[in-house]
Amino acid sequence: MTESVLIKLALLILFLPLIGFIVTLLFGKRIKWLYWFENSILILAFLLSAVLAYFKLTHFTDQTLISEFEWINLGSIPFVKSIIIDLGIMLDNITVLMILTVNIVSLLVHIFSVGYMKGDKRYNRYFSYLGIFTFSMLGIVLTHNLLMMYVFWELVGLSSYLLIGFWYEKKTASDAAKKAFIVNRIGDIGMFLGILTLFLTYNTFSFDKIFYQISTGNLPFGTEFGLTVAGVLLFCGAIGKSAQFPLHVWLPDAMEGPTPVSALIHAATMVAAGVYFMIRVFPILSGDALLVIATIGALSAFIPATIAVTQNDIKKVLAYSTISQLGYMIMAIGVGAYTFAFFHLVTHAFFKAGLFLGSGSVIHSMHHEQDMTKMGGLRKKMPLTYITFLVASLALSGIPFTSGFLSKDGILAGTFAFGSLTGYWYFAAVGFIVAFLTAFYMFRAIIMTFHGKPKNKEKFEHAKESSFVMAMPLVVLSALSLFFWYSLNPFNPNEGKLLSSWIKTPEISVPQSARYEFMKTDDKIINKENLEEVTYSNSYTEAIHHAHYPTLFTSASLALLGILFAFIFYQWKVFDPNKFAEKLKPIYLLSFNKWYFDEIYYASFVAGTIGLSKIISMFDNKFIDGIVNGSALFTKNFSAFTGKFDNVVVDGLVNMMAYISGMFGLFFRRFQTGKVQTYILFVVFSLIILLYIFR
Amino acid sequence: MQNFPILSLLTFLPIVGMIFILSLTKRQEKTIKWITLIVTGVQLLIAIVILFFYNFSMAGINDPSSFQFVEKFRWIEITGLAWVGTIKIDYFLGIDGLSVVLVLLTTIVTFIATFASWNISKSIKGYFALFLLLDTAMLGVFVSLDFFLFYVFWELMLLPMYFLIGVWGGPRREYAAIKFFLYTLLGSVFILLVMIGLYFSATETLANGSKVFSFNILTLMDTANYTTTGILSPFNPNNLRFIAYIALFIGFAIKIPMFPFHTWLPDAHVEAPTAISVILAGVLLKMGTYGILRISYPIFPDITIQLLWYIGLFGMINIIYGALAAMAQKDFKKLIAYSSVSHMGYVLLGMASLTTASLSGAVLQMFNHGTITAMLFIIVGIIYDRAHTRDMDAFGGIANQMPIYTGFVAVAFFAAIGLPGLSGFISEALVFVGAFSSELIRTITIISTLGILLGAGYMLWAFQRIYFGELNSKWKELKDLELREYFMVVPLTLIIILLGVYPSLILQFMTTSVNALVKFMGDAQIIISSIN
Repeated sequence: MTESVLIKLALLILFLPLIGFIVTLLFGKRIKWLYWFENSILILAFLLSAVLAYFKLTHFTDQTLISEFEWINLGSIPFVKSIIIDLGIMLDNITVLMILTVNIVSLLVHIFSVGYMKGDKRYNRYFSYLGIFTFSMLGIVLTHNLLMMYVFWELVGLSSYLLIGFWYEKKTASDAAKKAFIVNRIGDIGMFLGILTLFLTYNTFSFDKIFYQISTGNLPFGTEFGLTVAGVLLFCGAIGKSAQFPLHVWLPDAMEGPTPVSALIHAATMVAAGVYFMIRVFPILSGDALLVIATIGALSAFIPATIAVTQNDIKKVLAYSTISQLGYMIMAIGVGAYTFAFFHLVTHAFFKAGLFLGSGSVIHSMHHEQDMTKMGGLRKKMPLTYITFLVASLALSGIPFTSGFLSKDGILAGTFAFGSLTGYWYFAAVGFIVAFLTAFYMFRAIIMTFHGKPKNKEKFEHAKESSFVMAMPLVVLSALSLFFWYSLNPFNPNEGKLLSSWIKTPEISVPQSARYEFMKTDDKIINKENLEEVTYSNSYTEAIHHAHYPTLFTSASLALLGILFAFIFYQWKVFDPNKFAEKLKPIYLLSFNKWYFDEIYYASFVAGTIGLSKIISMFDNKFIDGIVNGSALFTKNFSAFTGKFDNVVVDGLVNMMAYISGMFGLFFRRFQTGKVQTYILFVVFSLIILLYIFR
Repeated sequence: MQNFPILSLLTFLPIVGMIFILSLTKRQEKTIKWITLIVTGVQLLIAIVILFFYNFSMAGINDPSSFQFVEKFRWIEITGLAWVGTIKIDYFLGIDGLSVVLVLLTTIVTFIATFASWNISKSIKGYFALFLLLDTAMLGVFVSLDFFLFYVFWELMLLPMYFLIGVWGGPRREYAAIKFFLYTLLGSVFILLVMIGLYFSATETLANGSKVFSFNILTLMDTANYTTTGILSPFNPNNLRFIAYIALFIGFAIKIPMFPFHTWLPDAHVEAPTAISVILAGVLLKMGTYGILRISYPIFPDITIQLLWYIGLFGMINIIYGALAAMAQKDFKKLIAYSSVSHMGYVLLGMASLTTASLSGAVLQMFNHGTITAMLFIIVGIIYDRAHTRDMDAFGGIANQMPIYTGFVAVAFFAAIGLPGLSGFISEALVFVGAFSSELIRTITIISTLGILLGAGYMLWAFQRIYFGELNSKWKELKDLELREYFMVVPLTLIIILLGVYPSLILQFMTTSVNALVKFMGDAQIIISSIN
């Protein structure tokens, strides 16, 4: 295995799903079994990505492999910079791990869908869409430059649009698809401007070249503020894609798509692309930009968690929990817990996909019932789904011995350390509160769905455990939610290969003065050979160490407390949650109505734009075109008037002249009598007159 | 190859076809159609041959020796005219990187429009004769290097267009045709005045050493050729040059169409038959922006540079105003017409920054808009032929009834939205890259990015209203695409995807010329500022 083989392997993995998409899309209507083609392609891609990850992680552990080619060359004018746009891919440890994650989840979702989508009239179309999604997602993961990132970024947007609106006969589905695309575009504009800013300064889209330039002190617009602006603009893309506050509103609606799609795209992979993107550009995020990111992340972790507590639709609960968990990751990036952001991304991908597929299994067996108030007691009917769902929920809640515990604890430790180093404690506070809420709403969902008595007897009677193709992915994903894959010590993630040797804190390119205080390189870091652990600085390493045990106990106890509260309210019914809601009515309504984001956005932005468009259209019709038509009318009337004038006045004058001469003629005609006597008379008279005059 | 009069052949082949058609009887409908198809097909082949022999390293723009496939001989010569002296007008054809792209676009769009004309039933002979005349006029505009000749073709285009809309159009065709005709004629008057003014300002030295006035566009670009007292000479301290620029710009802007001169477009499009809409949006609009790049910019570089900000501003207004106006439309065709206004705004924005990236983007956007909008109008035509309505609210669920058609619609719509992987994205991105790098119009550029959002808004909304939802039972009978329609949408789809993935296919033709134009504008500015 040489480097070039690895690159070719990665390219093969990238393009395989594209082939699957094209073939299945074009011929899927005629050839019914073609979905197996798409599925086998995914199996192949998964195997290849396992091979790729193995060789990269073992043989090229500390290397970054880059391959580029020239895509557009706009030539050059002397003395002006030339414009050459390269495309290319990059393989580092994060890339290969992410490829593997994407392919595992994608493959399992493919297999699950074989059962879940059975009988759909656009069965093969569905699989082809999954194919283009996988292709675009892998593109995001593999890319080595910002432009390509944007390209694949939009392409996952497209596949998300297609899959949310897959059942487009439903108005809600097509609305949700449109909303997702447009809301994402808002973030993308920011991201695009950020990319333009960086390209303007560095004349390249490639990550490493930009990072290098920044590390030499060449900043956008020559100021640290310029760097912060660029970073925040790039982050706008992540706000959209990762459904962060204030653009999170599209994700709950996206649940209109088929549930396996929600698992793959709107929980495990695509929405994590924002986090992945921030991980990629992390070295150029200045301290101020990171603070903005952390704040947005904290808000996005908190607000949806409060909403999830009161939702009754099982998918909505999971959707809000997804936003909340993505908020965690974004917050982790903001506080510098880089490795844990990625770690949580991976663990979350598995357990959240498990939860969504589990909910899909429930929804499938309940004949498309999603309302938890109509479920209950399914534990007996669907034991396998129950157990896998439970394991994944434990992971999401951050209970020890699960993967979620390891990663979430790392993030919380990061916020804790950040608090102790900078004095901004509220990130840690938000982290702990959300950990409590998460455990509470997840177990509320479990109890409402699987425990107690069935609320809808008829549907309950029909419910049965899912078939093998649907159950198998659940088992795999719940197995992946356990700790031992990542670290053999269930209480210390740093002992696993993943964090000890594969994912490391990157070198920061941002100038020292623009960093957080604790990210400034100190002497010990420069001689890093002598240190066991390398983070940004010695003080940060220490702070993280001190944060480890306090957060470990606090987060585990808070999660257990959350579970206890869920049991008190919903299982043992010590307190009636409805009465409780009645007492806290304003807060309950705020949460139940999702903080009224949709209503506010609709009343302001949507109605505003549509209103403006109507005004513009009217203005166009009445005013601009009015001027055109008015001037035409004016010309027409004026010409009619000139015509009249011509007829009456000008021609009238001419005619009058003619008339007058005619009159003269008539008058003088009288004298033309033809009688000699008369003429002689005239002559005589005339002579007398002439003689009188000239006398 | 460079000596063979291939451009004349390309330009006047349709006239030959027209004469053939006129010599046939009205009954020979099939022959008439096939002649048109063969003529436009051969034209497309000729265009491909031109591309094949095109030399990438030759720049053109202001250098007569680096134009390609040049044909030049004396066309009109009148000697000893009172006051004016000798009038010499050249028949001067040639192409460079700006025009070769548009020549290709014209032949592609015309060929596809021929298929779109296939189901014309009213007086076929007249229709196709005019269609071919229009073809000649369009190509003539793009290959002429003599202002007088350019103007002749420019005006020649009006006549067939007027009749094609006015006779074969929809219910309000007469209104639309007259509006189109008069509006464009108004622009032509401005162009004519400036052309005459320029003629009396610059001279060309003949072989025998005598100097005569000249319509040669390349001669007019060189400040050394201007007389000191010429009315539009840069040496003349009056302000007429500025006014002339504005007049010329308005003349071209009407064609683009630039706000506020755009209102003829929705009417013309709504009334015109599908094929004519395709040509109108696909080719004719580009004549405006092409004229600005070919004539206004290099002949008046000094004024251009003063007014770049305003050009960018109008680009921005076009983008946002057009998008918002499109959003409010109920008529499918009107929506596409306004989207054209919006998308041509990107061309203007690109031209407002004299950088390689944005000018390449602008020229590429002309090509891409030509293909994408052509496809969009074909899409409107296909559904209108079947349903006889264009009211978007009357549709719904067409995706189920016509799935293949809807697939092509999706490609065109997403291309118009600027989805990466499809051609529209590349040109818009290049425009933004270049425009953003110009400090002068950076704010304008940032505001213009809103167009990306609004574009997605109105396109997806339209898509949802027409194709998604439950099928309206009225449309149970609609059939999916037929063979003729595949001939139209498949090639365009392939072009859109191919250029989205590998834009260098087209970009390579224009880079040398665009760079030369950028350099020329920079140099000319220095020369002219040294004069004043």
